[in-house]
Amino acid sequence: MTTLLEFEFDNVKRGNTRRAAQIVGVVGSGQLEVLIEPAELDGKCEIVVETSAQGFDEIWRSVLDDFAAQYPVADLRISINDGGATPAVVNLRLQQAIAEVLDV
Amino acid sequence: MNDMSWGTLADDKAARLDEAARNGLGKIVAADQAETLLVSVLRPNDRICIEGNNQKHADFISEVLSDVDPEVIHDLHVVQSNLALPQHLDLFEHGVAKRLDFCYAGPQGIRMAQLIEDGVIEIGAIHTYLELYARYFVDLTPRVSVVAVEAADREGNLYTGPNTEDTPPIVEATAFKSGIVIAQANRIVDRVPRVDVPADWTDFVVEAPRPHYIEPIFTRDPAAITEIQILMAMMVIRGIYEPYGIQRLNHGIGFGTAAIELILPTYARDLGLLGKICNYMSVNPCPTLIPALESGFITSIHSAGSELGMEDYVAARSDVFFCGPDGSLRSNRAFCQLAGHFSDLFIGSTLQIDTAGNSSTATSDRITGFGGAPNFGCDSRARRHASDPFLQAAREETGQESPQRGRKLVVQLVETFREGGQPVFTERLDAWDIQKRFGMDLPPIMIHGDDVTHIVTEEGIANLLLCRGPDEREQAIRAVAGYTEVGRRRDPKRVADLRRRGAVRYPSDIGIDTRLASRSLLAARSVRDLVRWSGGLYDPPARFRNW
Repeated sequence: MTTLLEFEFDNVKRGNTRRAAQIVGVVGSGQLEVLIEPAELDGKCEIVVETSAQGFDEIWRSVLDDFAAQYPVADLRISINDGGATPAVVNLRLQQAIAEVLDV
Repeated sequence: MNDMSWGTLADDKAARLDEAARNGLGKIVAADQAETLLVSVLRPNDRICIEGNNQKHADFISEVLSDVDPEVIHDLHVVQSNLALPQHLDLFEHGVAKRLDFCYAGPQGIRMAQLIEDGVIEIGAIHTYLELYARYFVDLTPRVSVVAVEAADREGNLYTGPNTEDTPPIVEATAFKSGIVIAQANRIVDRVPRVDVPADWTDFVVEAPRPHYIEPIFTRDPAAITEIQILMAMMVIRGIYEPYGIQRLNHGIGFGTAAIELILPTYARDLGLLGKICNYMSVNPCPTLIPALESGFITSIHSAGSELGMEDYVAARSDVFFCGPDGSLRSNRAFCQLAGHFSDLFIGSTLQIDTAGNSSTATSDRITGFGGAPNFGCDSRARRHASDPFLQAAREETGQESPQRGRKLVVQLVETFREGGQPVFTERLDAWDIQKRFGMDLPPIMIHGDDVTHIVTEEGIANLLLCRGPDEREQAIRAVAGYTEVGRRRDPKRVADLRRRGAVRYPSDIGIDTRLASRSLLAARSVRDLVRWSGGLYDPPARFRNW
């Protein structure tokens, strides 16, 4: 069984994203896959998490809050396919993914 | 004076040896006479050590002893470091033994907890290794000891092989207090390769029907090392080994320290640290050390035990390892523990850390014990010689340029969450519940918070030496506790202040780009790579061969 979590961030900074969508990571136990793509979202950043681990909603919220604060990028859709990764792995993959679409 | 006899122990030993002789036993005892031997020389209530180490075990004798008639032999008091095999506990279930003083029961931890709760085992205490060896020479001297050896000659000279481990203190304490020393030998030979125990300290040699059990517990497959462990290894090298100039140290045996070993030839070398860090180590011959050693990082290693498959490699590197005139490794857990205790740094992992920095590997359903971590992982307050890291740590802790005493560095290396989402950081250790449940005098804390100097997680490094008072320590620990409950309760303002003072450092503060934490940094990415680095000398056990 998987849980679907949706998050939305109002970001101030306009995106200077590359156009192409990027995938980072692979799904597996303790791992995750991040699909990051530019999208017309009226200046928002949308993150959808599909996870096999139950009961970690609050931790996801904290991790993604910190990520959105660090990278306030508009018009971005991030889809996460999670196999029970720890916050450390989530952070690492998100940072690797954002580096693929931004020049950071 | 008085007419008291002062040789009762020797008289008693002579009587037991006589009984063995009357039962037709000479110095060399056949396997099928092992039970006769044990019944001849053991008495109810004896203190007994049946060598059980981290790795090798006198398992044949353990098995024979657990089958003796409990009407004849009962209430034995077992004093041995490790209880790793089922037959070690069968002894208690069958009513042969009652009381136990030990150090570590890793794989038997759950059953051990049950037997203690059921009153089948009475625990004297759970010790550290050095502590138990010390008590062999105080008030827990074994009456009868059984050691596990590779070979014996017909006179009783013993060769332990590379896994000497606990044998020296066990034999020393027993033989020199009129106790009885029995060896379980893998084979009887005309001439042993070297004499680890001289014949006149040995009373009997039992030729076992099969080689003693030995466990390759220090082999970490590089294939299983994660990017997060590599990130943390980078932080340890950049944030601790480099600035303190750590040359003499002790590594734990987890994947975290294996990652450090495997990026020495890449990451640390690129930082120009070859020859400046990791020169002298107290550690078992872990296969993951091979690339660093081959790259010239490690000058000398003293080992507590050996590791299956490393025998030929070690023998071919006798400049680095301690080897006998026969060429093979001579390990010694007692001396290795001492060496590590007086080194400049210990780094190891744990299962739980509280907000005072206390750590524990005890979780509520099992009793595993401590092993050697507490002696490695504590400030050596008796140390009198100085070194740069020893002085620098003390300067940071006291704020004084010329401190009165030095300070050992004790580093805990943990990811904030374990597999399955279990947080490592906790407001309260399970150890307190275990203390209550089992009526222990002290909670089973592995490393006390006031001994810890640094906590390294994937989030950053807490330098507790720079914290002033318990409140600051607590905030520094919360600062690196990530998204655990403990971490999310941090005070961002106070953490920012600690970060300015260097008491908390994040990867970017020490010039680390977390995105560069990649498996390509590992000098070996598989067991097969380790074999290649060793020039074919490392011969991994079958379970680690997947090619």
